[in-house]
Amino acid sequence: MPQADYPLLARGLRKRYGDHEVVAGVDLALAPGECFGLLGPNGAGKTTTLRLCLGLTAPDAGAIRLLGVDVVATPRRARTHVGVVPQIDNLDPDFTVEENLIVYGRYFGLSDREIRARIPDLLEFAGLASRARSRISSLSGGMKRRLTLARALVNDPDLIFLDEPTTGLDPQARHLIWGRLKQLLTEGKTIFLTTHFMDEAERLCHRLSVLDHGRIVASGSPHDLIAQHIEPQVVEVYGDSVGPWAEAHGRALAERCEYSGETVFCYTHNASALVADLEPRHELRYLHRHANLEDVFLKLTGRELRD
Amino acid sequence: MSLAARYLALPRLSLRFVPIWRRNFLVWRKLTVPSILGNLADPLLYMFGFGYGLGALLPEMQGISYIAFIAAGTVCSSTMMTATFESMYSGFSRMHVQRTWDAILNAPLDLDDVILAEVVWAASKATLSGTAVLLVATLLGLTQSWLALWVLPLALLVGVTFASLGLVMTALSPNYDFFMYYFTLGITPMMLLCGVFFPLDQLPAALQTAASVLPLTHAVAVARPLMNAALPADLWLHLGVLALYGTAAFYVALVLTRRRLLM
Repeated sequence: MPQADYPLLARGLRKRYGDHEVVAGVDLALAPGECFGLLGPNGAGKTTTLRLCLGLTAPDAGAIRLLGVDVVATPRRARTHVGVVPQIDNLDPDFTVEENLIVYGRYFGLSDREIRARIPDLLEFAGLASRARSRISSLSGGMKRRLTLARALVNDPDLIFLDEPTTGLDPQARHLIWGRLKQLLTEGKTIFLTTHFMDEAERLCHRLSVLDHGRIVASGSPHDLIAQHIEPQVVEVYGDSVGPWAEAHGRALAERCEYSGETVFCYTHNASALVADLEPRHELRYLHRHANLEDVFLKLTGRELRD
Repeated sequence: MSLAARYLALPRLSLRFVPIWRRNFLVWRKLTVPSILGNLADPLLYMFGFGYGLGALLPEMQGISYIAFIAAGTVCSSTMMTATFESMYSGFSRMHVQRTWDAILNAPLDLDDVILAEVVWAASKATLSGTAVLLVATLLGLTQSWLALWVLPLALLVGVTFASLGLVMTALSPNYDFFMYYFTLGITPMMLLCGVFFPLDQLPAALQTAASVLPLTHAVAVARPLMNAALPADLWLHLGVLALYGTAAFYVALVLTRRRLLM
């Protein structure tokens, strides 16, 4: 594929703050129409990577092209056909729903007539058709997120960046956002999202990269990541005597055991011996399941707390 | 290009600031009445309080009544105040609290466009303030000729100057409390030393020298003759000082804000 056809192409991105290299050599290539997810614990460099891609800060090294435009040389122009849903809500609290869209559309050089023509569709998309004249303070958290998403579409972008789009939302509101994002994908939009919700990444993303300490440590489809990086079966064991049990039996029966608080995670290709051992032990509870993206994520980035 | 070179690049001024200015205007339109009252009440209270109260005890000052004397000072000080409050408190809200600038920067606009819009907007509001005080003064017969209309473009320049100075503080500010330093060390001394309430030549020589480098002095020195049917002495010097303060502060504010937001 020629360079200009990639909605986003980044090579060798580096960004240092003081002694700390926050982004330490990141390559990204998004194909048209795909949903790409950047996963990583807090402080891994996700937001900085996003800011670099949008030309909001200059890289120390590396090249970035957004929809064929050189971001480092012409950051403003590169954002013309891009939509952004930021992590922190920044709707205009003094305006109504409709005014938020009009004012934002003007920033793209659109005329009021063009914007007004788009508003009914945008409100319909956001499920806010009856709230055009509502004030922002009267909207729920989910409604505000949907309005922020609609606002990001006011310029009919080809590529949409979403920075942790469902953080802080209840399950109903999250499902609604996911539905809307899938709809955008069927319309041919390209999506770049950052998240630390594994179910979100697994559901939406065609392709993922896991970012840790400013480096991409793994990439692939959710399915491939699970197949490549982790044993397919997991047995989670809970109970007071789980520690001694793991030392005496768990380690022998599983290929790998990890401790997290009061829980031991046993990873294996075949869990039947583990289950047979645990079944008669009434002092221990267990859960046998397939490995998922969260297991991969924790294996790659570790279980210790990130702040 | 190094990061420092990016921060220090000359301002790129363009009409792209207009949609941002219109955003601020739309917010203002929703609060027009309280906003205008707020901008007018304070300066008029000073003008009437000192003008009539103190003025009754005073002889004419530089050939005009005391209330006419401070009317000219009040036009300038209210313009300064409005530009200062708008660029500091409201500007800080938009930059830091509401994250309005972040939203704007995700569109194809630069920080240069944002800063220009903030300066022009605060200067617009300040001009309106100065105009309102000028109108009241005129209705009370405190202006002497059509020359007073030249105070309007002067107010715009004074607005740009103080909006730019205010944005320097905004760029440096960690929170709203920080602005008290600027009021205590900058705005209040200017209110008292720059000829708003009494002629500069009443001050000791050292204070006169200090006052002569402060921008408000130069605004008052132009506004007072214009409102009293005279051509200001050293007109271009005064305008030049205001323009120099404005230009330098605009550039410094832009560099500091780039360093703060685009790092």
